[in-house]
Amino acid sequence: MNTQHHPEHPLDSFLAVYSDSLKRLALNDSGFVFDPMSGQSFTVNPCGLELLKLMQKQADVTLIEQQILQEFAVSADVLERNFLEFSEQLRRYLK
Amino acid sequence: MKTNTKKIKQLTIAVTGMNARADNPGPGVAVARCLREVIGFTGKIIGLGYDVLDPGLFQTELTDAGYLLPYPSAGEDELLSRLDYIQQREKIDVLIPCLDAEILSLIHLQEQIAALGIKMLLPTETQLQCRNKDRLHQFANQIGIKTPEQTPITSSSFFYDCAKKGWTYPLVVKGQFYDAGIAHNPEQAVGLFHRIAAVWGMPILVQKLIEGDEVNLTGLGDGNGKLLGAVMMRKRAVTDKGKAWAGMTVHDAGLLNAAEKLVAGLTWSGPLEVEMMRDKHGDYYLIEINPRFPAWIYLAKASGNNLPWALLEILHQQPLSELTPPIAGTLFIRYAQETIVSLADFEAMMMNGERAVAV
Repeated sequence: MNTQHHPEHPLDSFLAVYSDSLKRLALNDSGFVFDPMSGQSFTVNPCGLELLKLMQKQADVTLIEQQILQEFAVSADVLERNFLEFSEQLRRYLK
Repeated sequence: MKTNTKKIKQLTIAVTGMNARADNPGPGVAVARCLREVIGFTGKIIGLGYDVLDPGLFQTELTDAGYLLPYPSAGEDELLSRLDYIQQREKIDVLIPCLDAEILSLIHLQEQIAALGIKMLLPTETQLQCRNKDRLHQFANQIGIKTPEQTPITSSSFFYDCAKKGWTYPLVVKGQFYDAGIAHNPEQAVGLFHRIAAVWGMPILVQKLIEGDEVNLTGLGDGNGKLLGAVMMRKRAVTDKGKAWAGMTVHDAGLLNAAEKLVAGLTWSGPLEVEMMRDKHGDYYLIEINPRFPAWIYLAKASGNNLPWALLEILHQQPLSELTPPIAGTLFIRYAQETIVSLADFEAMMMNGERAVAV
């Protein structure tokens, strides 16, 4: 069996804590996001929407970043920084 | 005796709480709207209120007639006499009370009102008293639901040395029946104490403030411990009085679970609204149980659960036809609108306390 080992990513704990909250979010292709438990709604840009979709599907931050790097013209450093900032903004909305 | 759905749609329904000041409306107008919009409804809706300026008494699109009731302070005999008078004219089949202050009198008069031919779905007096503000804490804790720490006081001196007893500001100052405010210092607390005591009497209740999100639920207790048709709402914007002027349906499993426990613990019968706070740790605190539909009840109908209609079906032993899992994300925004009243109708309400059905 081929098992990959990644050093712990700073966003791993975010995904572990907020996994259930992320999964229940209703995502619209327009970028409108609704949390049916809290009633909170907010909007995200196309990259944020893609991040949310990927976070709903899997908890491996490295794989999520690889997918984004393939789809968007962004460097790994910028993505890393923006991903962290995005997760901080999400914490304000998710319970 | 069973009544079929067709006959329910022909009933005459009286609804109280026709007051509708934009900052703190009664639920009656919204309940009437829920009933009026049932497809095929050809019955009559009679609006009952306490003030000649209650707009629901005059809204011909919602009510077929309007009558003033005596204030609860006039006594139960006065209320019964007035209902008897109205009944002779309108032949009411069902009365849906929508204001907290009238529920106890109606429970006391239930047999006499039934003898007039009017049905109601009410809690028992014991159920009602269990959710009184001064007893809610004890009851909730018995069934494992948290409430904010609370203490009754009869002197405003409490507010100057309460820190020594572990009561730090901001605090909630509440009347035993109604009204509440948040005090950030002793001066504000004393002001609230005197204002609320002057209207609602002693004791005044002091409560620790729970910071977080307010979440509300409405539904019907079937009297056997089951909660029917629950709809949950989170306020999105409030008036100066803390009442919702915008709100959205949500699905909050913690709130639903707590409400089911409360209805089971009380074996609650009739409409209710459960108000809770969810703090930053995700813990739920029960603030209040109101023994009636809330003013935002039309949101329940709009999201799939016409609870006032379900109440009629329960009273007439019919299957519940208008209850579906509510859709989360349905938003309401309340607005004010002028109701136009002719001088003749206004005069009739002023002089006789009624706007009878036009013939």
